[in-house]
Amino acid sequence: MLALFYIFIGVAIGVSVWQITRIMDFRGSIADDNDNAAQGKYAIGFLAFLYAMMIYCLIFMNVIMLPESASIEGEHDDNLFDITFWLIGVVQFIMQFLIFYFTFKYRGSKDRKAKFYADSHKLEFIWTVTPAVVLVVLIGYGLWQWNNVMDLSDSEDPVIIEVYSQQFNWKARYAGADNTLGTGNVNFIKGMNTMGVDMSDKNAADDKQVTELYLPKGRKVHFRFRSQDVLHSAYMPHFRAQMNCVPGMVTQFGFTPKYTTQEMRDLPEVIEKSIGINKIRRAKGEELYIFDYLLLCNKICGASHYNMQMKITVVEEDEFDEWLSKQPTLSEVIK
Amino acid sequence: MSEHHHKETFVTKYIFSQDHKMISKQFLVTGMFMGIIAVLMSMLFRLQLAWPDTSFSIVEAFLGSHQTDGIMDPDIYLALVTIHGTIMVFFVLTAGLSGTFSNLLIPLQIGARDMASGFLNMISYWLFFLSSTVMLISLFVEAGPASAGWTVYPPLSALPQAIPGSGMGMTLWLVSMAIFIASSLIGALNYIVTVLNLRTKGMKMTRLPLTIWAFFVTAIIGVVSFPVLLSASLLLIFDRSFGTSFYLSDIFISGEVLHYQGGSPVLFEHLFWFLGHPEVYIVLLPALGITSEIISTNSRKPIFGYRAMIGSILAIAFLSTIVWGHHMFISGMNPFLGSVFTFTTLLIAIPSAVKAFNYVTTLWKGNLQLNPAMLFSIGLVSTFVTGGLTGLVLGDSALDIAIHDTYFVVAHFHLVMGVSAIFGMYAGIYHWFPKMYGKMMNKTLGYWHFWITIICAYGVFWPMHFIGLAGLPRRYYTNTNFPMFNDLADINVVITLFALVGGIGQIFFIANFFISMYRGEKATQNPWKSNTLEWTTPVEHIHGNWPGKLPEVHRWAYDYSKRVDADDDDSDYLHGKDFVLQTTPLLEGEEPS
Repeated sequence: MLALFYIFIGVAIGVSVWQITRIMDFRGSIADDNDNAAQGKYAIGFLAFLYAMMIYCLIFMNVIMLPESASIEGEHDDNLFDITFWLIGVVQFIMQFLIFYFTFKYRGSKDRKAKFYADSHKLEFIWTVTPAVVLVVLIGYGLWQWNNVMDLSDSEDPVIIEVYSQQFNWKARYAGADNTLGTGNVNFIKGMNTMGVDMSDKNAADDKQVTELYLPKGRKVHFRFRSQDVLHSAYMPHFRAQMNCVPGMVTQFGFTPKYTTQEMRDLPEVIEKSIGINKIRRAKGEELYIFDYLLLCNKICGASHYNMQMKITVVEEDEFDEWLSKQPTLSEVIK
Repeated sequence: MSEHHHKETFVTKYIFSQDHKMISKQFLVTGMFMGIIAVLMSMLFRLQLAWPDTSFSIVEAFLGSHQTDGIMDPDIYLALVTIHGTIMVFFVLTAGLSGTFSNLLIPLQIGARDMASGFLNMISYWLFFLSSTVMLISLFVEAGPASAGWTVYPPLSALPQAIPGSGMGMTLWLVSMAIFIASSLIGALNYIVTVLNLRTKGMKMTRLPLTIWAFFVTAIIGVVSFPVLLSASLLLIFDRSFGTSFYLSDIFISGEVLHYQGGSPVLFEHLFWFLGHPEVYIVLLPALGITSEIISTNSRKPIFGYRAMIGSILAIAFLSTIVWGHHMFISGMNPFLGSVFTFTTLLIAIPSAVKAFNYVTTLWKGNLQLNPAMLFSIGLVSTFVTGGLTGLVLGDSALDIAIHDTYFVVAHFHLVMGVSAIFGMYAGIYHWFPKMYGKMMNKTLGYWHFWITIICAYGVFWPMHFIGLAGLPRRYYTNTNFPMFNDLADINVVITLFALVGGIGQIFFIANFFISMYRGEKATQNPWKSNTLEWTTPVEHIHGNWPGKLPEVHRWAYDYSKRVDADDDDSDYLHGKDFVLQTTPLLEGEEPS
């Protein structure tokens, strides 16, 4: 691969230099009718290239994209995304066609006279109002969904989890039997108390600290995010969830998992994506990939930013309760 | 103008020049030099992204102690993306673009002898030069240059413990930016004053070419927003060096609790993006102004909807100052604010759409002279549409949650402001090169340059949307640690190949630029048969621009192909030819357009 690459670079530079010396001998500077004709044709050629690439990517890259939303709240995200994408897709295809087709169609020549056409209030009115009307729909749906996602006040009996970030790992704390998190501050970080929990707070004793997230299917999860050093961002792409972790403040986000990890692995699109990935991994002799939910860091946070992740497992509620009951409480860990 | 005949020495003519034409060339060449560096950086980190475990002797040669056996270190990867972004946004597309063309065109197109203050103009350039130098020096600091991303969010940028680049490298970055902002403000004030006060007789605001409108409004946005970045930088300097806590609070790092209490990084984000978003339009509007002028001239048609174009420039400028929060939907700010910013952000689609439709209508039934400048302008409209449309996805807060800070964003902003603005800059250079150097650029090389560049631009940034939709975060040194991203590896290779070809293809431009400067065909006075005032000045530069009296303006800038009978497209040209200089008085009974 590498040799090929250097050959490729060498050839590219060689061709450039050769072409440049050759071309500089032609001293033309202003396009004449022949240039207009040639460039007009190239514009159509380019339009074909652009269409081919756009269509190729839209069809064949479907398989690499994220599967459908794994959270109930994210369903409307997917829906709104589809609407927006169809809309801009259509506009994109039409506009690119007009731009490059006009370039070809109206390429200059001695026999042509341009139309003197400076203004049309009717046309301008149309293309001011049309986008405005379309936007009303997009903004309306978008804002409704935004409030839907961000409003955490109405859910009953949510699971409360603190997600804690530092360079370069994630930890989590479950609120325990009282479903209330003990407060935390960096001043309490000491020994086993790596998340800086205030152990004098009576809510803290039954909290449970873990390094992997378990979530129950079908129950709302409230996340509280903290960071002890720099900005991080908790990115859970499969759930359409993301929130920055900001030192000095607590941020929050919530969603309801819709599929267990196992159910997600059985989705056709996930199976298809996994097959593609495993073809590559097999060729390299690497361990095969099995789908898992992940939490990634998505705000530049230092040298190992690219490797800051935490596994998320979604299970049925009874399995979740069982798992949680096995985790030790903070009062047992921090003596 | 007898007072202009005093003898110029080499130093006053070429170095400490106060002539706007020379200063514009200085901005251009400095901007191009910085651009070459930033493009080389992008090619280096594209190598890393395509072949993360492969050793490259190029990497070894360029990065010295920041690599091991030809594989770059994660720190320097972040430094490269940081400096690439900084240089491209500020040094190339702000100073290089605005500095060059505002300086060249404002006096020439409004009919002024020079800028309002030639001295301040000179200072503006030399501050820019100084800040470029400081930025380049920062590349050679032992711990590496600033590497917290071009947005330099604290605490990462404030704490050397967090990343080595936040030591001396970051200090120099901040010093450089502070000087840069001073340069930019002095320049902008000069542009505003010049446009308001030095227009020649008859040059009403409603007769200004759209280039001038764009430069004028850009300068106003700059004056409104750059000082805020300066304050943000100053507060960051205080936090870093004097122990204040504007942006920092409750930090435990390297085994100890730091003393900072009560600050918030979100404050920095607000201040930064209060410049950062208008900055997008500081970059883009001049390019759009240049495009308006070039598309109209080369279509031999008036720009469609002149007043609507001015209106949309003003609308974009106004809206640009109240949308910064869309960079911060998930920063932890109040969700209600997110709603407001979604609303204002999506409104920008309206004036942007008006501009795009007006360009296409200008092409319609034109007589398109497909010069390289024209092709780049058409290319700009194309990338502006492609990149702009995905803004509807990102500007919608609900959708932004899922793709914020992924490669989808990288693809979006590169197309809509990066590639578009660069295309505008290239278009401007091809179009006004005869005015700057008295020579013509070679068209064949220009064509090669254009087609290579646009094919590669789309080859790089179109597929990039999809790896973003696969959930790949930006600023990852490598994605090999995530099996779920393994299937993106091939796409990354394709993107890198396009990037390398596109980067190397710029040799066509560089060669054309410098060879034409010395050996190019001699320019005629009005090579593109344009209407605007700069083409009434002599080819050889003189101080004061016009040898005799200043020209008087009698009409707007877009009387191309005006007919005897306005309703009959087959009738003869009103003035016997398809263009009418702005200095031509109205004929008897002629309706002003």
